[in-house]
Amino acid sequence: MNAQATHADHHDDHGPAPGLMRWVTTTNHKDIGTLYLLFSLLMFFIGGLMALIIRTELFQPGLQIVNPHFFNQMTTMHALIMIFGVVMPAFVGLANWMLPIMIGAPDMALPRMNNWSFWILPFGFGIMLSTLFMDGGGPAAGWTLYPPLSLQGGDSFPWLIFSIHILGVSSIMGAINVVATIMNLRAPGMTYMKMPLFVWTWFITAYLLVAVMPVLAGAVTMLLTDKFFDTSFFNAAGGGDPVMFQHIFWFFGHPEVYILILPSFGIVSEIIPTFSRKPLFGYASMVYATGSIAFLSFIVWAHHMFTVGMPLAGELFFMFTTMLIAVPTGVKVFNWLSTMWRGAMTFETPMLFALGFVVMFTIGGFSGIMLAMTPIDFQYHDTYFVVAHFHYVLVPGAIYGIIGACYYWLPKWTGNMYNETLGKWHFWLSTIFVNILFFPMHFVGLAGMPRRIPDYSAQFADFNAIATVGAFGFGFSQLLMVVLVYKCVKGGEKATDQVWEGAQGLEWTLSSPPPYHSFSEQPVIK
Amino acid sequence: MSRVRKTLQIPLLAILALWAEMALADWETNLTQGVTEISREVYWMHMAVMGICAVIGLVVFGVMAVSIIRHRKSRGVTPATFHENIVAEVIWTVIPFAILIGMAIPAAKALIKMEDTSDADLTLKITGYQWKWEYEYLDKDVRFFSNLAETSREAAALDSGIDVTKMEHYLLEVDNPVVLPVGKKIRFLLTSNDVIHAWWIPEFAVKKDAIPGFINQMWTNIDEPGTYRGQCAELCGKDHGYMPVVVEAVSEEEFDAWILEQQELAKAELESGDREWALAELMERGEKTYQSACAACHQPTGTGIPGAFPALAGNAEMLADLDGHIDTLINGRAGTAMQAFGSQLSDVDIAAVVTYARNAWGNDTGDVIQPSQIKDAR
Repeated sequence: MNAQATHADHHDDHGPAPGLMRWVTTTNHKDIGTLYLLFSLLMFFIGGLMALIIRTELFQPGLQIVNPHFFNQMTTMHALIMIFGVVMPAFVGLANWMLPIMIGAPDMALPRMNNWSFWILPFGFGIMLSTLFMDGGGPAAGWTLYPPLSLQGGDSFPWLIFSIHILGVSSIMGAINVVATIMNLRAPGMTYMKMPLFVWTWFITAYLLVAVMPVLAGAVTMLLTDKFFDTSFFNAAGGGDPVMFQHIFWFFGHPEVYILILPSFGIVSEIIPTFSRKPLFGYASMVYATGSIAFLSFIVWAHHMFTVGMPLAGELFFMFTTMLIAVPTGVKVFNWLSTMWRGAMTFETPMLFALGFVVMFTIGGFSGIMLAMTPIDFQYHDTYFVVAHFHYVLVPGAIYGIIGACYYWLPKWTGNMYNETLGKWHFWLSTIFVNILFFPMHFVGLAGMPRRIPDYSAQFADFNAIATVGAFGFGFSQLLMVVLVYKCVKGGEKATDQVWEGAQGLEWTLSSPPPYHSFSEQPVIK
Repeated sequence: MSRVRKTLQIPLLAILALWAEMALADWETNLTQGVTEISREVYWMHMAVMGICAVIGLVVFGVMAVSIIRHRKSRGVTPATFHENIVAEVIWTVIPFAILIGMAIPAAKALIKMEDTSDADLTLKITGYQWKWEYEYLDKDVRFFSNLAETSREAAALDSGIDVTKMEHYLLEVDNPVVLPVGKKIRFLLTSNDVIHAWWIPEFAVKKDAIPGFINQMWTNIDEPGTYRGQCAELCGKDHGYMPVVVEAVSEEEFDAWILEQQELAKAELESGDREWALAELMERGEKTYQSACAACHQPTGTGIPGAFPALAGNAEMLADLDGHIDTLINGRAGTAMQAFGSQLSDVDIAAVVTYARNAWGNDTGDVIQPSQIKDAR
C-alpha cells in the first residue's frame, strides 16, 4: 500500500512544468484543485465586498451611500458570485484534490476537460463582473432573474446570460468528470459501499448537477429569446406565463440548493469521525439519507413560490414533500451526534468548524421546517426571515464545511501544519460574528421587513445596525484565513503522513505533501 | 449530577433574562398576531412550530454538549467502537416523521380555509405598477392610485439630510390609503401592469403575488378598525422598497360614506376635463402629477438616470414634437420601462403633466395643453 515507494521506482515520473505556464496547461488534478480553491477564495472576497456594501447601506434607515438601482445590482451580483463563484468552485476544487487520492486513482478520469472546465471560469466571471460597468449597470433583478423584471435589464442582460452559460458548461464538465472518475477509477476492492462519505456525497451532487444545469441553461435561453427574438415564453400578452419561468428556474434551483450543501455533509462526515477517534455512525443510512435528499430535491421546488397563486392541491403537495426532507436531514444530524457519542474527541480547527456546522446548519434547518408550512410561509415569504434561513444553511453551513475541509486537508496538501492558534481565532471570531450578522435577521423578518430593499422604516433600525456590525466582523475575520494559508504554504511544523491521530482513509497513506503523481499503481482495498 | 444542573442553570437564566429585556425594550422580535381570525391562527401555528423546533434543538444541542464535555480525549476516555444500531436509527426516523404529520394536519386545514375566497361581501381589485398600487372597488366605480407619501419620498432621496428616524411611518405612508370595512369578508383580486409585485399586510396574514396577465385571489375579514401597513414583497425594480400598502379599516357606515364621497370626487374630476385650464393651474397640477407618477424614473428635476431613464430637462426630441410627447404618455414605449399612462391618468392629469414637462426646469416652450386635446389624442 505504500504508494510513495511504488511511485519513486516509476521511471517516467515527471514533476510540474516550470513557470506560470504550468498553471495554464496543467492537467494534474492537484494543480487544478489548487486553482479552483484559489479562484473561489478570490471570489469570496469580491462577493463579500458586495455584501459589505449592502450591509453598510442598511446600517441605518435612510439612503446614505448607494442609489436603489445600484443596491439591487449588489444583491443580485452578491448572490450570483457566492453561489456560482465561491461555493461551487470550492467544492469542485476539493473534489479535484481529494477524490482521486481518496479512491486510489492516479488522477481525474478526464484531465484535459478538467483543465478546460476550470479555465473557462475566470472568463465567465470576467464577463459577469464587467456588466457592472456597462450602460445601465449590471443585472439588478435578483439572482433568480424573474421575468418580466429581468427583461427590463439594460446592456448587461445578454452578457449575463452568456456568462451563466459558461458557468453552466464548466459545472457540467466538472460533474461529468467526477462521475467518470468515481465509476471507473476506484481502486480494486473499493466497492461503492466502501467509498468515503465525501466521495459519496460528491457522486450524488454530480448527478444533480448534470440533471439541472441544462435546465437553468434552457430557462435563461428562453429569457434571451423573449428579449431579443420576439418569443413569448414568459410574456402573458403573447400567450406565455411569467410563473412558468419560476417553475423551471426552481426545478433547477432547489436541487442547486442541495448541490451547495451535500459535499459539506460529506466533509463533516469525514471530519467528525477523525476527531472523535471513532468510526462514522450509520454509514449506510448516511448514504441512503443523501440519496433521499437528492431525490426529494426534485419534487419540492415550488415551495420557493407559495405566493404565486398555485392551486390548493399544488400548495399541499409541495408543503408535504418539503416537510419530508426534515426526516433524512434529521437522520444525518443524529448520526453525527452518535459518532461523537462516547468517542474521544479533540477540538482542532477542522473539528470546530464541523461542530459549528452541525449546530448552525441545524438552526437553518429549523427555520426551513417553519418555512415549509405554507399557511405560515405566507407571512415569512420574501422577508428577512428567509434571508436569515438561507444564510444560516449557506454560510455556517456550506461555507463552514469548505473552510473545515481546507483546515482538515491543508497539512496533507502543503506538508506543513498550519498555525492552530490562528485557526482557532479564525473559528471563534467567525462564529461569534456570523451569529451577530444573521441571527437578528430572524427578528426583523418576523417583524415584517421585506428582503431586497435598500431602505427601511425606523422600527427595524436596531437589529439592522447589529447585523452590519456582525457583517464587518465576519468579513474581516476571513483575512485571518488568508494569513494562515499563506504561512502554512511557506513553512511550519512538518506534517506526518497520517496528519491526524484518528484519520482513516487512502489519502492519509500518501506522503504529506503527496507526490505530483500519486497512486500510479492502484492500491488494493481489503 | 448537581454540578451539571448548576452549569446548565447559568446559560438558561442568561437566556431568560435576555429574552425579558428584549421584550421590555419594545424591539419587535416576533410575528404580529394581527387582527383577523386567520392571522391569529397563523400566529399560533408559528409559535407552536417554533416551540417544537426549540425543544428538539435543546435536546439535540444538549446531547451534543454533554458529549463534548464528557467524551473528550483530555478526560482520558477510550473511544467506543460501535457504528450502528438499527433500533436507534428506526426510532429517529419514525419519531420526526410522526411530529411532522402532527404539524402537517393543522397546516393543511388552515391552508384550505385561507384559499376559500367564496361568498365575499366586497371585492377589491389590486393592480401593481412600478412603483405604486391601483385599487378598484368592483361594482362601485371607485378607482384610484396609491403612492408613497411625499414626505417619505423626499426623505428617502440619497443624502436627503432628513433624519428619517424622527419620522413616524417612514416609507410606510401613502397619499391615498385603501379603505375597507370591518366585519366583512373581503375578496382581493390581484394583478399587475408590468412586473411581478406582491401585496402584503402582516396584520391580515395575507400575501400574494400580483402577476401581469393573471389574476390571483385571496381574502380577509378584519376584526378591528385601525390603520394597517405593509409593503410590496416581491422585487419589482429600482423602487421596490418604496411602494407601501396602507389599509384603513373602518366601520361599515363610515365605509359607505367614504365610497359615496369618492364617487362624487370622481364625477367632479371628470367634469373638470371639459373646461379651459390656465397655465398656472396646469403647472401646479402638473407638478403634483409629475412627482407622483414620473419622478421615480425621470427624477424630481427631470434629469433622468443616464443609461437607464432619459432626461426630460432639455430633451430636444420631446420638445420638438408635442404630438409625440402626448402619444408617448398615453401609449407608453414598448420594450422600455415607459408605461402607457393613458389608462392610469385622467385627461386633466395628462394635459397638466405634459404642460409641466414643457415648461419646467428650463424647458420654456410656453406650450399650454388643454384636457380636450388629450381627449382628442386618445
